[in-house]
Amino acid sequence: MNFLFDFVAQGAQMLLVLALSPLIIGFTRKLKARLLRRKGPPIIQPWRDLIRLLRKEVVLAENASWLYRSAPYLIFAMTWVAASLVPTFATGLMFSWSADLIAIIALLGSARFFLALAGMDIGTSFGGIGSSREAMFGSLAEPATIMIVFTVSFVAGTTQLSEIAAYMAGNLELRASVGMALVALLIVAIAENGRVPVDNPATHLELTMVHEAMVLEYSGRYLALIELASALKLLLYISLIACVFFPVGLARHDAGLQAMAIGLGAYLMKLAIGGFLLALFETSTAKMRVFRVPDFLGAGLMLGLLATLLVFVTRSL
Amino acid sequence: MNFASKQTAAQPSRPTCLPWPREVVDRAGWLAMVESLAKGERALLSLWGESSCVHMALLEQREPPLRIVTLECPDGAFPSVGRLHPPASRLERAIHDLYGLKPEGASDQRPWLDHGRWGVRQPCGARQEIDTTCDRYEFLRAEGEPLHQIPVGPVHAGIIEPGHFRFSANGETVVRLEERLGFAHKGIDQLMSGASIERAAQIAARVSGDSTVAYSLAFAQAIEAAFDVNVPPRAIYLRALMAELERLANHFGDIGGICNDAAFSLMQAHCNLVRERILREAASAFGHRLMMDRITPGGTLVDLKPESATALYAMTDWIALMTPRLIALFGDTTSLQDRTVGTGFVSEALVKQYACGGYVGRASGRAFDARKAIGYAPYPHLAFEVGASNEGDVDARVWVRFDEIRASLKIVRQILDETPEGPIIAAWALPDDWTREGAALVEGFRGDIFVWLRMRADGVVQRCHLRDPSWFQWPLLEAAIKDNIVADFPLCNKSFNCSYSGHDL
Repeated sequence: MNFLFDFVAQGAQMLLVLALSPLIIGFTRKLKARLLRRKGPPIIQPWRDLIRLLRKEVVLAENASWLYRSAPYLIFAMTWVAASLVPTFATGLMFSWSADLIAIIALLGSARFFLALAGMDIGTSFGGIGSSREAMFGSLAEPATIMIVFTVSFVAGTTQLSEIAAYMAGNLELRASVGMALVALLIVAIAENGRVPVDNPATHLELTMVHEAMVLEYSGRYLALIELASALKLLLYISLIACVFFPVGLARHDAGLQAMAIGLGAYLMKLAIGGFLLALFETSTAKMRVFRVPDFLGAGLMLGLLATLLVFVTRSL
Repeated sequence: MNFASKQTAAQPSRPTCLPWPREVVDRAGWLAMVESLAKGERALLSLWGESSCVHMALLEQREPPLRIVTLECPDGAFPSVGRLHPPASRLERAIHDLYGLKPEGASDQRPWLDHGRWGVRQPCGARQEIDTTCDRYEFLRAEGEPLHQIPVGPVHAGIIEPGHFRFSANGETVVRLEERLGFAHKGIDQLMSGASIERAAQIAARVSGDSTVAYSLAFAQAIEAAFDVNVPPRAIYLRALMAELERLANHFGDIGGICNDAAFSLMQAHCNLVRERILREAASAFGHRLMMDRITPGGTLVDLKPESATALYAMTDWIALMTPRLIALFGDTTSLQDRTVGTGFVSEALVKQYACGGYVGRASGRAFDARKAIGYAPYPHLAFEVGASNEGDVDARVWVRFDEIRASLKIVRQILDETPEGPIIAAWALPDDWTREGAALVEGFRGDIFVWLRMRADGVVQRCHLRDPSWFQWPLLEAAIKDNIVADFPLCNKSFNCSYSGHDL
């Protein structure tokens, strides 16, 4: 019975992230539009777009290889698995024992790798530009992420994300190192998700694109999968920040239905707050120059490094 | 319709052009002009062709401010201006494409507007039928191990006009940008020849939609100069009012667009709000949002009602209130300033060589404004300052626009205060005597628009040349983006906001 409950809870988590991810995109778009005194499309518009794309015919370049055709499935699968491993409403779900935080980061890194390859596969110049910029950003964002992982892992004594979240929920205290890790993770999250000021997901200007440039040649169901994957990635990062740094209301896997419902309510609140802050930040800043991004990410890397050092120093004393 | 035969039949004698003289020079005179252009003693305003002659409009440093010279070229060739004075190069290539007159010794003899898609070569000249297969076009080469090319356009991801940009880049750094234009060609020159005045005025208003008032005004002024029409004072003021409203609307749209290209959509939201209000007030005052076809040779077609004037007063008050807030938002947003300052620099020497008008020229230290330099009515009676800067970057082009907004607001107020009562259109009829020529230089929001036209004795346009300010701004965009990064091109491009339609004709 317990097994069945765990199984259902894990399944609910997987479907929940899938269902919510386009909605969080729609929600931030709506908020941004309201902040700019526009009405904006309805929140469920990204879902409608995805369904429309799924129905559409795929237009492929003649020289597209198997890699180009399989990359969307790989990217989607990896991102979905990674998003399902991050605690949303409850910790210690069934699959959470199968992979730790480093594995989640590795899954995202692999997804990026395949996306960058797919961007270059057809040989259009925009795809190449996008891939080269993505590689440049990624080479700085990933070390920063690893540093953040080290920090929280040292604090909690494990790399198991569920355990970290549970530890953080059980030991609510202010730590300078965790604060630095939070700022670093915010920087990385903005860069990884291609949000303003690093990339502009709403742009029509081919020459300024990063993520959009890589997927410019995709269409139909392939595009739908990639869009869904990038929505999942945004949700993943908000969930990650919420569960590690703001683990309020998180239920334990054996806590029963009521605690889980509270956890779900708290999670939705956190998503709304995250989406609101993102929209507010995006409207108040311009995009930075491409070569300014390494500075921005470098700050994230340095903060991550400092946080790790701080944890070491406070430990040994 | 054979243009060439019509041309020779209608030229028994040569009337001089009004209000500036046109003189026919010989080869030596032409070459002397070209040399003085290359030395920078005068500036090139335009260069255009007819079936067997070429004309050149020059901006002089003494009175009269404008001069037109003509060289007869019965053998279908003329000494190249672009050989010594590069700004003329694209104009010459366009002349060759349309009229078949060959610029002798030109360094660049590639076609410009003609992409081999018209089904005919030299549509205003020999009209040689061809198959519509696209021509091969050799882009200028930039060679080296790390260089790669990025072709952009003519179809873009956004809803903008068509143009092709070929970047040669070293990683992110642009080594060379080459533009290829002509995709928006619609044969304005051919449409104009043989058109009645009403139809020609409509065509002129549609050359570049965002400058429709300025083009209508330029065309009307050229006709009025040719036929010596006295425009009623009220019409003169109302025309200026429309021109300034158009300028205001476009500048607000541009500032918002520039900021949006740096992903700062907040500024665009505010600017579009102002622009929309101006367009709506224009619609209720003049009956058309862009005020298209409101100006006609001899005056205006619509009068300003007192209640519309009151509404316009209220609007200028509101804009005067909003502008400082927008300026603060632009100037205080450091992330935005970081993008605009130092990006897309154009040197003063270049804008002077290209006689580049509008905000592009003014942002780089060339303070030319046709409203001041030519001083057509009613501007000599109005007090206003023309914006100026020496910085030459994207930021300066935004600040010059803000300066112009302030100036235009001031002008609109003065016009509303001072517009005299009276008729709005002059009663005039076509005299049935002679072919007439007229020219005009009008300040549109982009810069000075030059119009030259010749009317045939039977009251139709024989040849009308409309020169958009973009002719001398497009080449400078190539210079502005050099050594910048590829990702900054949209920002530079939007800060120039050149017209495709007005250029491709």
